[in-house]
Amino acid sequence: MPPPTTTSSQLEDITEGSGAAPGRVGGPLSILAAAVVLAVTIMVAVSLGRYTVPPSHVLQILASGLLPEGGVSGTERTVVELVRLPRVLLAVLVGGGLGVAGAALQATFRNPLVSPDIIGVSSGASFGGAIALLFGLGTVFLVGGAFVFGLLALVLLFALTAGRASSMLMVVLGGVVLGSFFAALVGLAQYFADPYSSLPAIVFWLLGSLATATWAKVAVAVVPILLGTAVVLLLRWRLNVLSLGDDEASSLGIRPSRLRWVFLLACALIVAGAVAVSGAVGWVGLVIPHLARMWVGPDHRVLLPVSFLLGATYLIVIDTIARTLTAGEIPLGVLTALVGAPVFFVLLRRNRDRIWDHA
Amino acid sequence: MLELDDIGFCYPESGWVFRHVSLKVPAGAVTAVLGPNGRGKTTLVRCAAGLMKPQEGAVSYDGAVGFVPQARGGAFAYRALDMVVMGRVRQVRLFGTPTRDDRVAALDAMERIGVGHLANRQFPTLSGGEQQLVLIARAIASQSPVLVLDEPTTGLDLHNQAQILSLLRKLVADGMGVLLTTHHPDHALYLADFVVLMDGPDDVRSGPTAAMLTDEALTRLYGIDVQTVTYEQNGGGARRAIVTRYGDELD
Repeated sequence: MPPPTTTSSQLEDITEGSGAAPGRVGGPLSILAAAVVLAVTIMVAVSLGRYTVPPSHVLQILASGLLPEGGVSGTERTVVELVRLPRVLLAVLVGGGLGVAGAALQATFRNPLVSPDIIGVSSGASFGGAIALLFGLGTVFLVGGAFVFGLLALVLLFALTAGRASSMLMVVLGGVVLGSFFAALVGLAQYFADPYSSLPAIVFWLLGSLATATWAKVAVAVVPILLGTAVVLLLRWRLNVLSLGDDEASSLGIRPSRLRWVFLLACALIVAGAVAVSGAVGWVGLVIPHLARMWVGPDHRVLLPVSFLLGATYLIVIDTIARTLTAGEIPLGVLTALVGAPVFFVLLRRNRDRIWDHA
Repeated sequence: MLELDDIGFCYPESGWVFRHVSLKVPAGAVTAVLGPNGRGKTTLVRCAAGLMKPQEGAVSYDGAVGFVPQARGGAFAYRALDMVVMGRVRQVRLFGTPTRDDRVAALDAMERIGVGHLANRQFPTLSGGEQQLVLIARAIASQSPVLVLDEPTTGLDLHNQAQILSLLRKLVADGMGVLLTTHHPDHALYLADFVVLMDGPDDVRSGPTAAMLTDEALTRLYGIDVQTVTYEQNGGGARRAIVTRYGDELD
């Protein structure tokens, strides 16, 4: 039997990541589109607020030195550079990081109902951060504590499900157990905290908000989130192979246990960075990968970057609503839950017949 | 060539599955593993494919072993072509993604198996037979000289069973070595050059198909009256086939 040869015209129809469903645009195009949407969202979000800065002025301020700066007032410059821009960039890091971590964890656990908050990683990270605040330690310990205990929650969950992590029931129940365990530990930390110094610090931090965004906070978040995201993105195609399950992955020639550890570490790093600067912002890591998968399909070469861009856009929009809808600030976690819980409800309902299939 | 040298596998809770099994899976031939449920067929081929580590003995092979699991959908709806390209993971750099060459090799493997037209379909939406063929294409795309298949015809209708069998025959004619498990002695008669009969931890025998698959051996293996009949094939040449007597008193 002579080996058939594939003509290049055949291959043109089947380019990388060009989704399975007809009508889906190609992978690189989807990433570009998501990036453009994010850029526009950033511009609009920076210009909106109690003190409106026209988008043209925002552009002039962002491109300082490149564009003539006529008409830009000093107040506008201060508002954009010291208040809005760090806040929007923090939303990019936290939203993008949680989106990409959610997508990576769903593939690692082979379970589309997984996200950092559902499986208890966010609770673990919150406890780690609370300990750092309890002892009055600095930001390095805040991030470090969040990382160590977030990772501990991941490892405990994996040990609990003992390699059968595709069992949706086990993962969701395990997440409930870990989440309430670490929530109890956070309560204990609050009980022991000094009511005049460390207790208010812990409480305000746990409420979760981007309202106190500063360039210093951006600097804290940028290293763990971008580092973790970079690792996940570099291994984006191997994640496809890993998501087939240990048997298939190792028969194809990779070491699943080692690769899974890399992904768990990277995701714990991302979640730690996000929790350290914004508290526990829920639901982003669950909702965003699903929306992205509906748009571009399951191929992680496209899904991971789109999840980052979509997560960043989503959190900017939610945060802009939080600070502009009323005279005060609506807590961010309240809004992400108000949007996320109904979306999760619809997903569960749609999948109710096959939700226990993988048990 | 895949070689099992005096291997033994033991589950902590239930003891030895088999011991002292030596087996050569040569190129250009089919080796079929037969035996009742629970006698360790799957464990044996999983050891052969490197998915389980036997406590005793050694498994050796040149290059890589392509393992074809039983098809069961999957958590994520990847395209069939993307599934096949994953067979190239050994050729793709750690931080890399498949190149055009990898996609061409994957599509070639699919064309060779006759499933090129399924390239853009979502894997979980394919029928059981189509999924099995795509998984075989993936093992071929990995350029492994030996294929190990766990019950490749289980759950398939007669047409799809015949399609898989004739495909495996063609691959073997091209020089591939094949090790498979099956619940159909008839498939072994049709396809296999060598058989392994597994009937307990200390009762694993192997040899050429014609000598091993006698009426007596099959009757003893399955505990049911099994006869083979010889008939003339359409294209000429004699072929043996299995006749089982259902409904007789079993002991």
